[in-house]
Amino acid sequence: MDIVWYVALSAVIFSIGAGGLLARRSPLVMLLCLELMLNASNLALIAFARMWANVDGQIFALVVMVVAACEVVVGLGIIVALYRNRVAIDIDELDSLRDPTEGAISD
Amino acid sequence: MTELLTSAELFGNVAPLLAHAADFAEGARPEHSATYGWLLLFTPLVGAIVIGLTWKKVSDRAAGLIGTAAIFLAFGAALACFAQLMGMDPEERHILAGYTYAQAFGVDFRFDIYIDQLSVFMALVVTGVSAMIHLYSVAYMKSDAGYHRFFSYLNFFVFSMLLLVLAGNLALLVVGWAFVGAASYLLISYWYRRETATAAGIKAFVINVIGDVGIVVAAYLLWTELGTLTIPSMLANAEDAFTVAPSPEYTAAALLLLVGAFAKSAQVPLHTWLPDAMEGPTPVSALIHAATMVTAGVYLICRMHPFIEISETATLTAAFLGTATLLIAATTALVQTDLKRIIAYSTMSQIGYMIAGAAAAAYSASLFHLMTHAFFKALLFMSAGSVIAAMASNQDVRRMGGFRKAMPFTYVVFTIGALTLAGFPFFSGFFSKDEIISYTLHRGGAFTVIAAGMYIGAILTAIYSMRAVFLVFHGEPCDEAKQLEGGELAHGSPVNPATGALEDTDVGFPGPDHQIAEREGEMRTAMSVLAFLAVVAGAVQIPGVTHLIESWLEPVFEDSRYAHDIPSIATQWIGLGVGAAIALTGIAIAYWTYVANRGVSERLATRFGRLHELLSNAWYFDRIYDAMIVRPASAIASFCNNVVERFVVQGIVEGATGAAKSGASRIRSWQSGLARVYALSVIGGTTIIAIYFLVLAK
Amino acid sequence: MVPILFFIAAFGAIGGAVGVVMLKNPFFSVLALVGHLFSLAVLFLLLYAEFLAAAQLIVYAGAVMVLYVFVVSYVGGADEPLDDGGGAPRALAPIFGGALLAVLAVAIGASGLKALDSEGAELPAGFGEPAQIGDLLLTRFLLPFEIASFLLTVAAVGAVILARRRRGLEPIADETPTDEGSS
Repeated sequence: MDIVWYVALSAVIFSIGAGGLLARRSPLVMLLCLELMLNASNLALIAFARMWANVDGQIFALVVMVVAACEVVVGLGIIVALYRNRVAIDIDELDSLRDPTEGAISD
Repeated sequence: MTELLTSAELFGNVAPLLAHAADFAEGARPEHSATYGWLLLFTPLVGAIVIGLTWKKVSDRAAGLIGTAAIFLAFGAALACFAQLMGMDPEERHILAGYTYAQAFGVDFRFDIYIDQLSVFMALVVTGVSAMIHLYSVAYMKSDAGYHRFFSYLNFFVFSMLLLVLAGNLALLVVGWAFVGAASYLLISYWYRRETATAAGIKAFVINVIGDVGIVVAAYLLWTELGTLTIPSMLANAEDAFTVAPSPEYTAAALLLLVGAFAKSAQVPLHTWLPDAMEGPTPVSALIHAATMVTAGVYLICRMHPFIEISETATLTAAFLGTATLLIAATTALVQTDLKRIIAYSTMSQIGYMIAGAAAAAYSASLFHLMTHAFFKALLFMSAGSVIAAMASNQDVRRMGGFRKAMPFTYVVFTIGALTLAGFPFFSGFFSKDEIISYTLHRGGAFTVIAAGMYIGAILTAIYSMRAVFLVFHGEPCDEAKQLEGGELAHGSPVNPATGALEDTDVGFPGPDHQIAEREGEMRTAMSVLAFLAVVAGAVQIPGVTHLIESWLEPVFEDSRYAHDIPSIATQWIGLGVGAAIALTGIAIAYWTYVANRGVSERLATRFGRLHELLSNAWYFDRIYDAMIVRPASAIASFCNNVVERFVVQGIVEGATGAAKSGASRIRSWQSGLARVYALSVIGGTTIIAIYFLVLAK
Repeated sequence: MVPILFFIAAFGAIGGAVGVVMLKNPFFSVLALVGHLFSLAVLFLLLYAEFLAAAQLIVYAGAVMVLYVFVVSYVGGADEPLDDGGGAPRALAPIFGGALLAVLAVAIGASGLKALDSEGAELPAGFGEPAQIGDLLLTRFLLPFEIASFLLTVAAVGAVILARRRRGLEPIADETPTDEGSS
């Protein structure tokens, strides 16, 4: 198979992940969408590593995996903390960073 | 394996550091170990830190003793360095040791000390005189509330001076140079609640910074020309560099070095800070503003002599300005009424001799005079301090008189100092000053004029130095002298001697009690040692008999073009004869004017009112600078404050904050706090940027 | 053989991705992601990234996903109405995703990389094998490797601090969710 197929597949998965990130309201699913995007990038990295026959890209992908794992751990920690504090696990409710003097954008 | 090595490079920087540490500990070769040099440099710093940190725990007297002991130790280390150099081959007598603390632009910045004949000579003079002055201060500053601070500063000054002297490269020398200026500032404004003292400190600091800038720029120029700042390599490269015609950069560098030397050594036109610096305590005047710091300019010229010598412009500038200084200062000293200012002007005048002598390539003669001057000038200041203490800090010589009986010891040592300054035959100043003059005369050409100026200066020196003796110790005893004869030390109210304003005796002001040499053993010891040296130190260099300093320093100045072009012994003795005649004439004139015919000087002052006015105001240098620099600068400053600051700067600042505020309130609604809107912005923005790059790539 | 495997894995990956986004119940989303990751591991193998394929399965599809499953069951996998609410981001999501895909497609299509249309350069022996990866991680990439491990430690500690019970904020006796997870 030509490398371009892998790269195109990676683009498709990345776009699906980005679309899902925007569409879903549950922080859990948003995290899953982030995983999709990271994995798409990993696929591209490994495809390019194959293209150049250079294993550095694979190492990079491994580091991305590590970062993804960290992100998962912290993200899930936040979700558990939200649950513990009886805050609604809905991304649109978590708007305490908004400017309190303006009316929040209604959805 | 190679990859393993690359990862080891992460930690590779440690290895050279360890190697340097090994160098540091062992020295390149055992006999070239710089241990004594490091000891010499850092003992005073340790003293300063210890005294500074323990001011609450340790008694005043212990602090004074720690400070004094540190300087005595440093003097011992300097002697050890001297002995070490003596044990080496005369051609090999130099040690360069240190380590690299930074690397940038391909230059190694090293903390190097360079121990050679010149630096050891200077270190001996500095630590020796400092030790005596510390000893003197232990008693003299007894009642001052800031005793620890005083000794901490004083030790710090000695460290800075030694750093300047021992610096192995020009960058480190600049550091020492600036430290010395800072120490001088701290000590001049030591009585920091006295407004005249703080003003004098600021003035000294500002003028010194002019010199610092000169040296920094000179160092840069020399670095671009020679590619190194390490002093021995610079001197070694100098010979190669000068085989071709010297470039204008060298002239510029030489003149800039002179700017630095002139500012530090209080030479015209950068001299106005020194008389004001007398606001500091008297031991400070003795140490910094007579014996050591102000001679740093002479040291710099001697150290960098190939670069000064190469430029005819620079040597002539230095020679003529040095002579101008010595004449201006000597004439000013004739009419001054403040005892310490008389001695301050005499210091400027004597350093004028050294600078002009160094410019005439009479390096060892200048350094010889530097040494004898350190002895007798420190002695004069110490005696003056004793007299001022007896006068309850009044410094006006017109009010003094007849202290001969009341203070016999001070009278004797002050007279010894004054006679040495005047060049009285066979005292040390006689040999050193006349050696400078005969070397200068030997150079011929323009230097004949310089030498003539020096002879005029010599007679003026004799007159003003003996004038001080006669006014203070002869004549009718003043009230304070009479009281002291009765065994009671005058105890006036604490006033500022410069303005007469009433002051406190709390910290930041002089202490309530005064100490005179007759009553304090430490002061007497220190003054006796210096008086002895002032009398006999000339014996180290008598033409045709001894030449210790000259032969010791010979390897340093061997590369000078005039190293072997020296006056014959007969010529030097003729010079000594003329010098003796001039000194005795001057002393006789002073005796005739101030003892035999009292009142002549007042009549002369009224007869030549204009001239007297000119001299009393030190040739109006201060007023000229005030009118030319200070007032325009403050006018510009107040214009900037009233117009630029108020309208332009305020307008820009308020306009900027206003724009930021109104702009921020527009885009603030974007901060909805909704994470998905943020994600939308990120993805949308990324897409737009990607489109931009795609379009750009086409 | 390779094209067949590729297309099976590719459809599995896309299907898993679409499942993650479209399924209402977070629990099923997680399961869809597991499927997606399995498919990706196959693709990694096709690309001679053997070590990464194994890591993908064990670490990602195994450990990380188990973490997700635990949290979902702890928090309660409430169905999220897909069509209800969502506002502007919800409406714009397909447009933005599509735009991103279009841009990426243009980027790939217009790329000057000739090698994209090949199967890649000649591979050296042992490419992507655990031995080679391990060797690199302990030599040339030692510093990134150590930093990554440090980052993991920091993240683990941070997660514990985030998720631990905070005294003073709430009574700690009650652990059953009251208003969440029941709707």
